[in-house]
Amino acid sequence: MSDHTDLLIVGAGPAGMAAAVTARRHGLSVRVVDDQPAPGGQIWRGIETVAATPRAKRLGESYLSGAERAAAFRACGAIYEPASQLWQIEPGFRAFVTRGGKARTVTAQAIILATGAQERPVPFPGWTLPGVLTVGAAQILLKTADSVPEKPVWIAGCGPLPLLYMTQLLAAGGRIAGFLDTTPRGRIGAALRHLPQGLGRLGDLIKGLSWSLALRRAGIPIIRHVTELRAEGEGRLQRLHYRTENGQEAEVSAEVLLVHEGVVPNIHAPLALGCAVSWHADQHCYVPLLDAWGETSQANIFVAGDGAGIGGAEAAEPRGRLAALRIAARLGRLDGATAETAAAPERSALSSALALRPLLDALYAPRPQLYAPPDETLVCRCEEVTAGELRARAVEGRPGPNQLKAFTRAGMGPCQGRQCGYTMAHIIAAAQGRSVEEVGFYRIRPPLKPVTLGELASLDEQEPAA
Amino acid sequence: MTEAAFDVIVVGGGLHGLSAALHLTRAGKRVALVERRWTGRHASGATAAGVRTLGRDIAEIPISLEAMAMWHRIETIVGDDCGFHAHGQLRVAEMPEHMPALIERQARATALGYSHEELIDAAELRRLVPALSPHCVGALVARRDGAADPHRTIAAFCRACEAERVVIAEGCGVEAVDRQGGDWLLVCGTRRFRAPYIVNAAGAWAGRLAALFGDAIALGVRASMMIVTERLAPLLDPVVSVVGRALSFKQAGQGTLVIGGGLQGSADLDRERSTVDFRQLARGARAASDLFPAVQGVRIARCWTGIEAETRDHIPVIGLSPNAPGLVHAFGFSGHGFQLVPVVGSILAELVCEGQTRREIAAFTPARLMQERAVA
Repeated sequence: MSDHTDLLIVGAGPAGMAAAVTARRHGLSVRVVDDQPAPGGQIWRGIETVAATPRAKRLGESYLSGAERAAAFRACGAIYEPASQLWQIEPGFRAFVTRGGKARTVTAQAIILATGAQERPVPFPGWTLPGVLTVGAAQILLKTADSVPEKPVWIAGCGPLPLLYMTQLLAAGGRIAGFLDTTPRGRIGAALRHLPQGLGRLGDLIKGLSWSLALRRAGIPIIRHVTELRAEGEGRLQRLHYRTENGQEAEVSAEVLLVHEGVVPNIHAPLALGCAVSWHADQHCYVPLLDAWGETSQANIFVAGDGAGIGGAEAAEPRGRLAALRIAARLGRLDGATAETAAAPERSALSSALALRPLLDALYAPRPQLYAPPDETLVCRCEEVTAGELRARAVEGRPGPNQLKAFTRAGMGPCQGRQCGYTMAHIIAAAQGRSVEEVGFYRIRPPLKPVTLGELASLDEQEPAA
Repeated sequence: MTEAAFDVIVVGGGLHGLSAALHLTRAGKRVALVERRWTGRHASGATAAGVRTLGRDIAEIPISLEAMAMWHRIETIVGDDCGFHAHGQLRVAEMPEHMPALIERQARATALGYSHEELIDAAELRRLVPALSPHCVGALVARRDGAADPHRTIAAFCRACEAERVVIAEGCGVEAVDRQGGDWLLVCGTRRFRAPYIVNAAGAWAGRLAALFGDAIALGVRASMMIVTERLAPLLDPVVSVVGRALSFKQAGQGTLVIGGGLQGSADLDRERSTVDFRQLARGARAASDLFPAVQGVRIARCWTGIEAETRDHIPVIGLSPNAPGLVHAFGFSGHGFQLVPVVGSILAELVCEGQTRREIAAFTPARLMQERAVA
């Protein structure tokens, strides 16, 4: 069967590209399927076309470093299928992919899920109003289309991404109305306890501090320790209301609000495949249960990159290479000892890349208010279910997320709980006095991407039913 | 360790178990319902919720017609309309060569004195379902049929049971069964339930439960697959199925299309999981887009399967155990049990309270599946 490869990689970001290059070096046939029209993932989005333009410089050096990765990936001999949506994987493995309106199946011996992270959903009153976006979405527009909002933007949230984006936006000539920093008071002290193990990554820390300094020098109003946020307006965002930890309240006019409260791994694919996950208490999210090579609880399914736990691009690459090495050994292209030898420098690169993570996790842990939105807040935007409805039902008979989904339809819409899953779990946990971990997560229904009836039907033409 | 005594213990918190518990408690019995996971967890929570007399096995028609009458007054039974709408169900003939099957079916039903199925021509079909592809030539229609909202139905039956003080024990799986005098003792973890009567409404796992009582009943398993799409503007009211293809097509109150029709995924009884088979499901999508060309670009939001027992003759097991005193079986609905829910609960209440029923259930006797034990 011509559509068979040794290895199927899902995602052409840092982890997927690194895995493909390594697997090809050891003689595996490799297919890489990716949503995006070009390689790079989110971090290096649009790198091949942007690298030659003045925009590249404004986006920074770590962005530019993606160019050589994309070139190496292009040259490695993997079958690369951009603009392709993978929407189901069945045991064996048989994967279902849609490209150009046609669905088809491909098969592989092993799979690496390198599907990255998503921004942590931030439900607050008014978050679905036009004019409210995420920082990640705005940054993609900046990278791919050089799009700079016309009006001054408000930024709300915490973590490195808002700082980086604001720096990039200023360099691109954008204007910032103010930064509502949601990092709670006392976080720096807590975070600094993790400094000793992160000393090797001091450069990164200094880079982050330099972003902060640049913002202060630019005279951008920074409001610290924001706990509550409300977006208001008729038909679109017109005003913002915020409150800080010490009770300071204000209402300001606003046309664009960009929010960001960190990122969480994409776990829908591993969950749908029956891979075990565990609660990552420091990152406040589920991560797949992985061995030292990135293999899940299901044999020959690996997870690499931020999908394995948030570590950034520098951790993604060694994770991708480790998975590829293990698969090469499994398929007999590499003996175990050679794989171990090749893995040693990758493991050391991975641990170095992750050294600063405990500090960042402590500093930017989601504030407690994030998952306790007021009753009127829409939690499930697909089915328009509010926090109040969920709270009211969560106390009747201790239901879990899947029952509450049946009761309220929250999580039944096209996003399949990608937006409301964690909020739902936190609301149940709070209402029932349980831990989020104990409450659990939605069962994930296929398809992983919204394939159309016509596309699914096209599969019937291709493979007449037995 | 806790132990509680009742008149009847219903095992299985699906709709049939809930309906049995409701009718039994209204007949004056003290009832406990034990459910290993939670109410509606398996087939009841995964059903397309078609309320259909159309095309029923001849043996099922009498109870199906009675159930239909109950659906039309479901609010008086459970205090909620369960989202039931009687927009009709149609079985469509795509080609002229599909018509004889419908004509014969209708003639047979008429000969038996039934008038719920009506043959219609292409013009009437077009009037009832304008969105249907014009190549279709006719249909059999049951105008009083329709569909309900499955989750709302489960919630309504649960609430009605609770209002009648049925003890619903969720997270409570039967591990062992013991005969003690005139009572059965069910061991469920640290909890024990004692009663002279047991209703086996354990769905796909009912064969295993029956075996604990010494009843060896040959039973298969189904995992019927469903597709739900994103919401779209009103397209059709009735439920449409088609001769010669596995398709059931309807639009739910929320505007989503719900597409099923019995295409099978796979089921794992031990792990309580079932899995979608997309190469099979593609046939359903093909049938849907052939009959309703306008839906080709509609996005699928999710697909799922439910686990359900299937009998050799595709009709249920309803009746007293020939071996175990006080044990009543109700399972094996083979993928079309939803419509029968109101009447089956009433039948079970009669079987428990009077040891017999006035309804025609001879065809559903457990004994018919117990003879070929050695072969099965």
